[in-house]
Amino acid sequence: MHEIISDKSWEELGKYPIQTEFDIVKVRQTVRNYAKENGMGIVEQTRITTAVSELFRNMYNYANGGEVLIERGEVEGHIALIVTCIDRGPGIPDIEMAMADGYSSGMGMGYGLPGAKRLVDKFEIYSVINKGTIVRVMKWR
Amino acid sequence: MNIDFQERKIPIIKIRDFLIVSIQVDMHDKMAVQLQSQILHEIERTGAKGVLIDISVLEMVDSFIGRMLSGMASMASIMDAAVVIVGMQPAVAITLVELGLEMPGINTALNMERGMELLEKMVKDSL
Repeated sequence: MHEIISDKSWEELGKYPIQTEFDIVKVRQTVRNYAKENGMGIVEQTRITTAVSELFRNMYNYANGGEVLIERGEVEGHIALIVTCIDRGPGIPDIEMAMADGYSSGMGMGYGLPGAKRLVDKFEIYSVINKGTIVRVMKWR
Repeated sequence: MNIDFQERKIPIIKIRDFLIVSIQVDMHDKMAVQLQSQILHEIERTGAKGVLIDISVLEMVDSFIGRMLSGMASMASIMDAAVVIVGMQPAVAITLVELGLEMPGINTALNMERGMELLEKMVKDSL
């Protein structure tokens, strides 16, 4: 698996498991609270909360759950909220297809990944078959 | 932060020919699915001609909740009931469009009052 590089200067805000449907709700509310603390406006809070909700549900539905790491740190000159979703699920065979926009066309994989990507400032994905998937999103506006 | 995870049902109120549902909590997926079938059962039980769903308290609508709402509108329409969603927050509307989620068959109104007017008109037109 492509290594996810964490900047040592980033501050860890918390680690949360996603094992149940309640966890999806609980952790997305936690992300919203950190976004609010980080000075984001209501639209930005809603964008990041919605994006992570899609990612958390993927972990719950396709990977038997996973772990979420929330950090704050400097990225490209901004103070960003960084949310990393780590699972040990089956992996995504075709990332390009999973990232293809499919809601309207009926194409794509229906993981909501392209939508989530549009809602954040930075989106990274690494996946290895039978090992797992890491998706990291960043928001600073 | 404490979150109330009690499995309380979302109340469905009937006024004249309409059902009124006000979603007051951040729903998890099972709760959303449960609400969908609960509303359809109430349409059948009461013979309601329209459903007004107030989501003014919802701080986010992700693809799951969005699909639940539009799915319910299609199902209700097959059961001869109209559905109007009211009170969507601006931030939620912006996010839904950016997410790329289309909600075919969904009628919306700014608030309860206009939603009620729209429902009355829809029911009248279908007669």
